[in-house]
Amino acid sequence: MNWKTMATAMGLALLASTGLARAEGVLNIYNWGNYTSPDVIKKFEDKYKIKVSITDYDSNDTALAKVRQGGTGFDIAVPSQTYVPIWIKEGLLLETDPGKMENFKNVAPEWANPEFDPGRKYSVPWAWGTIGVVVNTDAYKGPADTWGIVFNTPDELKGKVNVVPEMNDVIFAAIKYVGGQQCTDDKAVLKKVRDLLVAAKPNWIAMEYNTIEKMGAGDFKATSDWNGSALRQRLANAAIHYNYPKEGFGLWSDNVVVLKEAKNVENAKLFQNFIMDPENAAGLSAFHRYANAITGSDKYMPADMKDAPEVVIPADAKPKGEFQKMCAPETQELYTKIWTELQK
Amino acid sequence: MASAEEVAKAAERRDVRDRWLLSAPALLVILLAATGPLLIVLVYSFLTPGAYGDVKWQFSPDAWISVFMERDIFDDTLSVAVAHVTIFWRSIKLAVVTTLATLALGFPTAYFMATRSEKTRDLWLFLITIPFWTNLLIRTFAVLQIIRNEGIINTILLKLGIISAPIQILYTDTAILIGMAYVYLPLMVLPIYASMEKLDFRLVEAGYDLYATRFKVLRKIIFPLVKPGVIAGSILVFIPALGAYVTPVVLGGGKNMMLSNLIELQFGQGRNWPLGSALSITVMVIVMLALLAYVRNAGRSGVRHG
Repeated sequence: MNWKTMATAMGLALLASTGLARAEGVLNIYNWGNYTSPDVIKKFEDKYKIKVSITDYDSNDTALAKVRQGGTGFDIAVPSQTYVPIWIKEGLLLETDPGKMENFKNVAPEWANPEFDPGRKYSVPWAWGTIGVVVNTDAYKGPADTWGIVFNTPDELKGKVNVVPEMNDVIFAAIKYVGGQQCTDDKAVLKKVRDLLVAAKPNWIAMEYNTIEKMGAGDFKATSDWNGSALRQRLANAAIHYNYPKEGFGLWSDNVVVLKEAKNVENAKLFQNFIMDPENAAGLSAFHRYANAITGSDKYMPADMKDAPEVVIPADAKPKGEFQKMCAPETQELYTKIWTELQK
Repeated sequence: MASAEEVAKAAERRDVRDRWLLSAPALLVILLAATGPLLIVLVYSFLTPGAYGDVKWQFSPDAWISVFMERDIFDDTLSVAVAHVTIFWRSIKLAVVTTLATLALGFPTAYFMATRSEKTRDLWLFLITIPFWTNLLIRTFAVLQIIRNEGIINTILLKLGIISAPIQILYTDTAILIGMAYVYLPLMVLPIYASMEKLDFRLVEAGYDLYATRFKVLRKIIFPLVKPGVIAGSILVFIPALGAYVTPVVLGGGKNMMLSNLIELQFGQGRNWPLGSALSITVMVIVMLALLAYVRNAGRSGVRHG
């Protein structure tokens, strides 16, 4: 969003003007806002006598654009899995080979060799999660394990549903709902998607990111959302439930990478290794409320997350989860057109 | 021998030259800083979008074509870009309505301020500027707290038993207008007040002496004399209102795009920087044309009224 971008830009300008300290014992992290546990950072700083500074970004596109311009002074960034291959292809990343790091043994097997970074040559898992449907059960008691809440809204929820305006996530969900494959460029499917979205929109109250506060205050009674956000909503109001849509739901992960232009490479590597430690990974989760991909972190997890339905995917829903991919640029162009038409 | 007159002339010429020389660095910086970025935007609008944002240095008129025309992705026909026209029209309409709303509220406010005693005027002026002390975003969220379903207005009305269910104001066009009018009101009041303060109220008295009605005095005396302030205020409100971003998103719920959202989409998830650039320039041209038309119009009628 604009003001966030502005704040980031101002932060960057400030950094550029003051000149980043290049001394030993510094690490500059570029991460999503409200995502980095201050406690874990403190622990890292104390352990290695390294001063960490964190700058926020609000979208993968912002981060990619900034880093591509160069001269950011950042050592570490945390792109999503759909973007990691682009960062690699554009030559922005340093091959730190986390697969050979000491703590890599803790990475859960299903996360040790992901498609977006085969052999984990560049990236270390930070967090992962799902995108589903959140419903306030005081307002709607029917079955909610479906994207139909958003795209074919039941009467009780009409005019009370929010949609988080992540273009790729919304199109992904709509494609699943009409029975297509993600990243499809099949015109017949996309036509259904377009018609579905356009017909669904009058039942929505808003398209906003600020779901935790608005669900809590009752401005929204249902929303599409990320699971960690849903968990925070439930902790505030027990009637709020997270649901895994049976048509299929998206899986995502964010990953810690070291930039090729990093000035503090060794410190960055230390950090990559540090967060693969179970206790530290649990510390990160306790703050951002998403699962991590580190085996053995369970026993350090906060009690309210251990069995949380938002974090632990139920066995029957698991097969419906699918990793979201980066679609081809031409396909993306089609999606942007549908998106523009939806919001015109 | 040079006469005193020639000496004076030479001195004046030197003076003028020195002034230009001394201000040249500043002028140069302003010129570069103002036109440089715009030139980049202009150049970018004629390039090819890169696969994941940015641009490829390859000439292409596609961005400009797609500002005005769109190829239907399903039947491949080329037609007027209805989506863009709708979004442009929505933003222009909002800017016009905001300008009218702030004018309707701002004119009486300025009149009230200008007719106070000299001592209290400063206090009123001071009060008008208070909202500027806080950030736009914070002011917008303050409006949100007032109008939301569990906000101040609905809570009071519910407690008083006037309504039985909260009125949905948030996420409507009304909400956007309330927010915009609130945010931009000072920009309208201040210039009108500046003109109004200089108004010679003896002319108003003369008008009454000649049996003019109150409305006639307003229309024939006050309004023509404060017109420059009204024009300045309208311009100051219209232009930022056209590019408003935060207020429509926060209070309108972001369901319907404004111009600024459309442009932002191209630089973000849409990954079409050339189209974003072309759209930005289109907005600038529209603003420029609107201003030219407005100023010329206003200037003409201004002369007539003397």
